[in-house]
Amino acid sequence: MARMNYSDAARLALREEMHRDPTVWALGEDLGPEGGVAGQYRGLQEEFGAERIVDTPISESTIMGSAVGAAVAGTRPVVELRYCDFGLCAADEIVNQAAKIRYMTGGQARAPLVIRQTIGIRAGLAAQHSQSTEAIWTHIPGLVVVTPSTPADNRALLKAAIRCDDPVVYMEHKELWTVEGEVPESEAVAELGKGSVWREGGDLTIVSWSTALHAADAACRDLATKGIEAELIDLRTLYPWDRDLVFDSVRRTGRLLVVHEACQIMGFGAEIVAETAEHMFSALKAPPMRIGAPRIPIPFSEPLEMLCRISPAKITDAAAKLITSYD
Amino acid sequence: MTRRFTRKTIVTTLPNMDPEVERGLQHFRNMLTIRAFEEAVVKARVAETIRGSVHPYIGEEAIAVGICANLRDEDFVASYHRGHGHTIARGADPGAMMLELYGRKGGTCGGKGGSMHVADISRGMLGANGVIGDGVTIAVGAAKAARLLGKDSVVVAFFGDGGLNRGPFLESLNWAKTFDLPVLFVCEDNKFASTTRTKSVTAGPGPAARAASFGLHAETVDGNDVFAVDQIAADMVTKIRDGAGPMLLHAITYRVRGHLATDPAKYRKPEEVLRHTLLDPIPRCEAWLRHHGIDDEAITREKKTVDDYIAGTISAAETAPFPGVAEFIADVQDIGAPTWPA
Repeated sequence: MARMNYSDAARLALREEMHRDPTVWALGEDLGPEGGVAGQYRGLQEEFGAERIVDTPISESTIMGSAVGAAVAGTRPVVELRYCDFGLCAADEIVNQAAKIRYMTGGQARAPLVIRQTIGIRAGLAAQHSQSTEAIWTHIPGLVVVTPSTPADNRALLKAAIRCDDPVVYMEHKELWTVEGEVPESEAVAELGKGSVWREGGDLTIVSWSTALHAADAACRDLATKGIEAELIDLRTLYPWDRDLVFDSVRRTGRLLVVHEACQIMGFGAEIVAETAEHMFSALKAPPMRIGAPRIPIPFSEPLEMLCRISPAKITDAAAKLITSYD
Repeated sequence: MTRRFTRKTIVTTLPNMDPEVERGLQHFRNMLTIRAFEEAVVKARVAETIRGSVHPYIGEEAIAVGICANLRDEDFVASYHRGHGHTIARGADPGAMMLELYGRKGGTCGGKGGSMHVADISRGMLGANGVIGDGVTIAVGAAKAARLLGKDSVVVAFFGDGGLNRGPFLESLNWAKTFDLPVLFVCEDNKFASTTRTKSVTAGPGPAARAASFGLHAETVDGNDVFAVDQIAADMVTKIRDGAGPMLLHAITYRVRGHLATDPAKYRKPEEVLRHTLLDPIPRCEAWLRHHGIDDEAITREKKTVDDYIAGTISAAETAPFPGVAEFIADVQDIGAPTWPA
């Protein structure tokens, strides 16, 4: 085990994959001397040269569209779009080209590429740099959507995403960049589409991902002091999401709470709750629930921004309600 | 089964033919093939045996043919919604393309792409495209990949005058020049952006000036003269392959048909269309061939061979089976692949 932060873990993953496969390269704004907005590319241009760590103009359409062309023509581009808010500038090329080119060409073309775009609130960045748009991409056939929560996963999942032959929307969280954790020495690659049990418990199942997972973890510890043992699942990949893992847990606990930072309305939690209601109805002791942000743009002012955040207290309250109201 | 279309299928060989005349005859055949394909497709679309959007390339054939005659197997082209001509000119099988337009099994894309997404990756044809300007970004990416993989491929980005005003095109000009990529941008200026006259919505002196403002070398050519297109393309493709960087070719033509096969194009006067019909690239090529000793009999034979061949692709497509559930759910994605019933 080595202790490193979420940014360094991602950098290590890309570096290892670039050494392993000469067709892997990265493109985006400020990757070279700056090393990316969070240092996640630091030193890589020096090591691999400007042809493989490419500093691009602020041209999101061409960053993304050219990555599709380069992928079809035999390489594995890693696209850096910085913020998912800017990912929307490349939405056409993601949705209309990357996601569909394999299907539209009857399987002649493949687009093995990774689309990195961070999600989430970072203190004071306000409405255009703080959104959590992961649900948008889960709706698009052809895309895989990944949301790593820990340094270990940011290494193992990024490596898996780079090796994946499908386009992967890879959504790191801005407030996790400096978070440290234990990362295994081995170059193990995660399996996309598999969640993990973060904490075991028999009273209710909490499903979460990204930063909200850490708030949920704090809530679980608080709930334990009140005698409630929650099982916490880190979904890790949102599409395809690990239904078996969630359903197995719900079968035991009978209660489901999905927690995410994105807007609650039409968030990905809605899909998980709907599927659980449809397929696990007889196992449920209480209505499946979800909590997320209000459907309000992220405001700048600190106390207002705090109202958009998922706090452990909100999770604890919701979990307690699920237990006590349907005992 | 479709017959693999090769140039030999319709070749007329004359002993000791002048190479220049032979090349002219090849251009003639290729343009005839595109024309016959398009006329048949328009007819089928109007008869509703083909569905969806079909954008005929009729009258613009000299551009695709003249450019693609200068490409190698390892080169790429990316196209746009009016893409049948580029696909045929790249050597794709018109029989498989016809199956594609009919949505049948055995189509170039298994019947799942249709006219607007026809592609033949094996021929370096990266696809027609339903979104204006996106094919251009795909082209610059393919050029980057070729360089990373150590190939000396040239990539041609075909686009229409309507595409001049899309951000991705302007981004890609800057991008290609900044990274010195081997891309030939070819603006097929047929004067119409869908049903709107392009000049009524386009500022400035035109595509060559736009390219020049980014530092690209640009040329303008009569896009209805296949020999002129061939000549300028030979020069530009060679220079680009030799490392001269990206260039733009402004090929002036005219869309003698509507935007779609079903568009009567009533937004312009018949006299205007007639005037441009007189500049049709195929009779011009034919006149050149006659002047160079190709007689009536040979020309008639060329036309009949092509017409018979295309008629065969139509009758084969009309009776071919449709794709089924296996094809429906195939090639979406490996991880999280769909199942059916869902």
